[in-house]
Amino acid sequence: MQNITQTITMVPLQHYVLFCTLLFVIGVAGVLIKRNALVIFMSIEIMLNSINLLLVAFSVYHNDPAGQIFVFFVMIVAAAEVAVGLALVVMVYRHTHSIDIDFLNKLKW
Amino acid sequence: MMLTKYLFYFFSIIAIFASVMVLISKKPIHSVLYLTLAFLSIAGHFILLNAQFIAIVNVIVYAGAIMVLFLFTVMLLNLNLAAEHKKSNIIKISAVVAAGLLFLTITGASKKMDLTFNREQVITQIGLVKNLGKILFSDFRLPFEVSGILFLSAMVGAVMLGKKTGD
Repeated sequence: MQNITQTITMVPLQHYVLFCTLLFVIGVAGVLIKRNALVIFMSIEIMLNSINLLLVAFSVYHNDPAGQIFVFFVMIVAAAEVAVGLALVVMVYRHTHSIDIDFLNKLKW
Repeated sequence: MMLTKYLFYFFSIIAIFASVMVLISKKPIHSVLYLTLAFLSIAGHFILLNAQFIAIVNVIVYAGAIMVLFLFTVMLLNLNLAAEHKKSNIIKISAVVAAGLLFLTITGASKKMDLTFNREQVITQIGLVKNLGKILFSDFRLPFEVSGILFLSAMVGAVMLGKKTGD
């Protein structure tokens, strides 16, 4: 495991940026397209993961461990967010018997 | 030694495929399972970068805890039905176009970014548990403790929201 990544520098950093941008954009498209609140949460998780990967890539390539600590805190906040968010989804389901977010438009106008 | 380079593209293709499948699956439970696949391939990326601590935490927290929460919600609420009514095609097309424009903007901006790095200076040992633990418990003590309070408040909030009101 010590020398597994002697070759990581063969992958240019530009490819990591492209890949993470693509994942992030897929997440954004999911939030815009879907109506199911659960799938919207999943899209947000995809976006968080792409950002995590980009942070770790920059942290490794620039030899700065603070980036990976930051990823750790992002994961902590994501876990807390999912716990509260799914409780909200359960509550919305109890009130409207659906998790379609288009029913939740009372605050829109 | 070319293997890791191919593994990068292999994991990337799996992650993108799984993320797209999350969006186009009809049933929520298929979305959850594809999301697990995407998280595992991203954990593979972390291992390629020798960020072993982050890789393990990613598997435990995302593929373990968060996925179990999603699965329990899908199963307990019996939500595993295909969506009855869909958004209109105009909204879908405009959403995809907006996402594509965002992609173009970010890639265009990243062309001007300074992505150079010192190839000799890359020391791949910073992602090990030993080194990260030392930094986490010296420089980042306060955020670490505060995150514990955040978890406590999130737990209280989840219990408050999930509690049945009125009886």
